[in-house]
Amino acid sequence: MARIFIDNTPYEVKEGKNLLEACLQLGLDLPYFCWHPSLGSVGACRQCAIKSFKDEDDKKGRIVMSCMEPVRDNMRISVNDSEATSFREHVIGWLMTNHPHDCAVCDEGGSCHLQDMTVMTGHSYRDYRFTKRTYHNQDLGPFLNHEMNRCIQCYRCVRFYKDYAGGKDLNVFAAHNHVYFGRQQNGTLESEFSGNLAEVCPTGVFTDKTLKSHYTRKWDMTYAPSVCQGCSLGCNISAGERYGSLRQIVNRYNGEVNGYFLCDRGRYGYEFVNSSQRIVHPAIRPHHNGSASREYIIGEVAARLKNGKAIGIGSPRASLESNFTLRQLVGAEHFYLGMSDTDHDHTSLALKILHGGPVRTPSLHEAETADMVLILGEDLTNTAPMLALAVRQAVRQVPMNEAMQQVHLAAWQDAAVREAMQEAKGPLFILHTFPTSLDELATGIHRDAPDNLARIAFAISRALGAPVNGSLELGETEQALVNDITAALKAAKRPLIIAGYGTGCDHMMKAAANISWALLQGGGQPMLSLTLPECNSLGLEMLGGHRFDSALAALKNGEADTLVVLENDLYRRADKHVIDELFSYAKDVILVDHLYNQTAENATVLLPAGTFAEADGTIVNNEGRAQRYYQVYVPKGEVQESWKWFLQIGEKAGVQRLHGLHNLDDVVWAMTTAIPALAPIAKLAPNADFRMAGQKIPREPHRYSGRTAMLANESVNEPRPPEDEDTPLSFTMEGYRGEAPAPLIPFFWAPGWNSPQAVNKFQSEIGGHLHGGDPGKRLLEPHVNGSIPFFTEVPQPYLSMPGHLHVMPLYSIFGSEELSMYTKGIAQRAQDFFVIYMNPEDIDEWNITPGIWVNFHIEGHAYLMVAVPNHWLPRGIAAMNAGLPKSQIIDLPQCIRFSGSEVTSTF
Amino acid sequence: MFSLIRSMWLVFLHAFHKRDTYQYPEEKAPLPARWRGRIVLTRDPDGGERCVGCYLCAAACPVDCISLQAAEAPDGRRYPGFFRINFSRCIFCGFCEEACPTYAIQLIPDFEMAEYDRQNLVYEKDALLINSQGKYPGYNYYKVAGMSISGKEKGEAAREEPPVNVKSLLP
Ligand code: SF4
Ligand code: SF4
Ligand code: SF4
Ligand code: SF4
Ligand code: FES
Repeated sequence: MARIFIDNTPYEVKEGKNLLEACLQLGLDLPYFCWHPSLGSVGACRQCAIKSFKDEDDKKGRIVMSCMEPVRDNMRISVNDSEATSFREHVIGWLMTNHPHDCAVCDEGGSCHLQDMTVMTGHSYRDYRFTKRTYHNQDLGPFLNHEMNRCIQCYRCVRFYKDYAGGKDLNVFAAHNHVYFGRQQNGTLESEFSGNLAEVCPTGVFTDKTLKSHYTRKWDMTYAPSVCQGCSLGCNISAGERYGSLRQIVNRYNGEVNGYFLCDRGRYGYEFVNSSQRIVHPAIRPHHNGSASREYIIGEVAARLKNGKAIGIGSPRASLESNFTLRQLVGAEHFYLGMSDTDHDHTSLALKILHGGPVRTPSLHEAETADMVLILGEDLTNTAPMLALAVRQAVRQVPMNEAMQQVHLAAWQDAAVREAMQEAKGPLFILHTFPTSLDELATGIHRDAPDNLARIAFAISRALGAPVNGSLELGETEQALVNDITAALKAAKRPLIIAGYGTGCDHMMKAAANISWALLQGGGQPMLSLTLPECNSLGLEMLGGHRFDSALAALKNGEADTLVVLENDLYRRADKHVIDELFSYAKDVILVDHLYNQTAENATVLLPAGTFAEADGTIVNNEGRAQRYYQVYVPKGEVQESWKWFLQIGEKAGVQRLHGLHNLDDVVWAMTTAIPALAPIAKLAPNADFRMAGQKIPREPHRYSGRTAMLANESVNEPRPPEDEDTPLSFTMEGYRGEAPAPLIPFFWAPGWNSPQAVNKFQSEIGGHLHGGDPGKRLLEPHVNGSIPFFTEVPQPYLSMPGHLHVMPLYSIFGSEELSMYTKGIAQRAQDFFVIYMNPEDIDEWNITPGIWVNFHIEGHAYLMVAVPNHWLPRGIAAMNAGLPKSQIIDLPQCIRFSGSEVTSTF
Repeated sequence: MFSLIRSMWLVFLHAFHKRDTYQYPEEKAPLPARWRGRIVLTRDPDGGERCVGCYLCAAACPVDCISLQAAEAPDGRRYPGFFRINFSRCIFCGFCEEACPTYAIQLIPDFEMAEYDRQNLVYEKDALLINSQGKYPGYNYYKVAGMSISGKEKGEAAREEPPVNVKSLLP
């Protein structure tokens, strides 16, 4: 701690920070543009000027940029000095000389950092009377709108896009007073993190294009703290609604998880909530006379469940609460995990490794601090996008620390540190069948069939001391690689080993576990991160249930005749013919889901379920962190949380296991009592009766407009606003106006800080934790002595089988996730349907013409696909885009046989 | 005593003065142009809708009786997809007019809006939008804003330079 005097008042601040951070942390309002807590300082905008004095007697002082000056003990500075204030006002004045008269038509307005800073500095009158510079805009694709006139040349965009996220296609062009931030030519921004520009850019140059299609100002949205459902990482988001539709997803800062950023799947994948395919009314087949009322349908379902021959199918994309209530409704012995068997195998293995093993799995933030990374069979950008961004920061650790030692710089001196580092990178090794976008940073990469890669990984673990059976003959290059990686792992202080579901080969996870455990035994401090297929895969696995294939058996042998399906399109869980067969045995299929999908076509009863925006729930991310998401708004129609449907059905059917449960707190209580592993969830967030100064926490900003007009077209008598009996949040703008506890903050706002940068006011340290600790509770901590033994079984070397192909899944950030594909922009960027990638030699040998529909036979079923040559694939290995809508082959990896005949007809 | 008689005398004299009371409704009161009455949405000199759907009027409204949805036309102009004022709540304070950056929303000298049914006081855009510039003739927001719309490209607004050639390094 250092003592500094700001305007003659002494303050205690942390050493090593810069003065801007120190002032912001003390709650002082000091304007800035180019500094960003994650990007550091470059001193480009000159907005953060303050006065610095030599000593007590120095009355004159000198102007310095606070973001470029480190905190020193006993230093004296002034924020309010008249020269400094007028300097700052002039800087804004100059920035404004070219600023367009655009606020009214600018999507940034109302959450604009430039507006905030202009007001803060007191620049209120434009005295420049000459012409303004203008620019042409570019079409940057479906996610971002470009309006270059509004640029203030802070360079944040390129620093984020290129330096932080590794993007290639955004840059600064031209020179002096007309620099241009954009692409070399019109075109979609390629980076998977491009959406962050909307928040990083302090002005309206880059704004959210999906928001624009139903534009609403920040002050007009109803927000709730939420959690992204896009992948297993569980980034925190704020979701905003207006007029009954979801309008925007913005980052919700969580110092442990996503920090300041989101990936584009998470930011833009929300539009399924507004889809015209939504199920909004309950329905029953064959058609009931008139529309079925809620009571009628609940009675009907309860009656159908009475005979006790119902089985429940859970879902890794539904909350723990919904899964748990379904499990209680049908009974634990009739509850099946609604994930594909491959996914279940992976998730249960991951749970076993994380729960029983001695090595800790890091949060995303901890992953950023790793000084060596080994990635086994994962294309992170596509399977766990934000983890890829964390790895990009991790590879900077070693050279950054060296630079900091050598030239005595602080990490926040971004330009200087990057200059000192040049192109140096820390150790990163990637073993994967395909090229990945992280390859460009890697010290070493190796491509081969998954089994062969796993063998290399096992060899590494053996070299580190893990007991491994079987022969591990490796080629010369492979052995050299093993030696390199082993040496790098041993040299690192905090190595991070990453594996997961990406190749569909679970030897990767086993080898990763071996490596990390061996490192730990050797006295190291390794971290082990495992990616999982879906947002609540781990939660569902912790809840437990039967395998999916046994559901078919139960129906076949007559043990069951009714299916209750929770938020799940079963056609995404097993190959089409399996599900067709499943439905053919079911007398009744009761589906509780959001969207009219293939499973809904087969359902006899449809119950509309609330999406993450219309429901409260808890999900568990790949780190074992349970996180709560809150309902944003009360939807139209009969839509309600799945768990509410189950509670009502249970009550009607007189199910004892659900007796007396009425609201979220009840369900959480029942769940945490029944399943001790989930116990910390009880303390995840304040209960529904939590009040601050006797009030609820408002979901709406205090300047929410139009309350007395928005529904006046229906009736001029304003309806009573809905009450939220499940949470301490209110659906209105009335309530406690101060700072809410971290898990309950619907949106970040502070007086004078309308932009997302208001988050400064909520952190106990700038860029650190939120006040009172970041939201979320970890359910898995490493087992001190490691109760499970090493995995000793080494996979056999891969041999291609003549006439057969081993098909691997190929995941993609845009396309592999079910719900995000309802966003038009994401669908636009998705891969082609029905494509099978093959080694060109295989294509030749099998006499296939690339680009023509071909019949493939899998277990007696024929599938039409187009073969596309791919040079990375070893002989005998093929790959398919996983998770695309209408895919008929789900269970990947699997072995397929080629049937010969070429078919030229197209669909 | 004297003052009392004087007052009565003065009051009596008023019986012969010209009447100040208007015989409404037969006789209409002459209202000044800036009188704050019924609210309208005006058009710019080219006949285009002035409102750009910026939501500032809605935010300024102390009784929250304005609601709208911004949209963008194919020609690049922003406009309100719907625009609703609940006049049964409006207090005619004129804050919306003050907040409006485009002079679109204006209060006009008309107060004759009484209805038997409160629901009829909910005005939609078709009842609000008029074919006139209202009190502020000549103002055209897009002529000063930086956004391009069809018919006004970048650099063609008031006091704008032609767009920068990003390929040039000349000073
Ligand atoms: S960037 Fe901010 S200041 Fe500039 S036009 Fe947009 S809202 Fe206004
Ligand atoms: S585009 Fe935005 S982030 Fe980039 S320099 Fe301009 S104002 Fe800064
Ligand atoms: S990384 Fe995953 S959780 Fe995070 S924003 Fe992207 S999809 Fe959502
Ligand atoms: S303030 Fe003016 S331009 Fe903005 S929404 Fe209201 S009427 Fe339209
Ligand atoms: S924030 Fe300090 S110079 Fe830009």
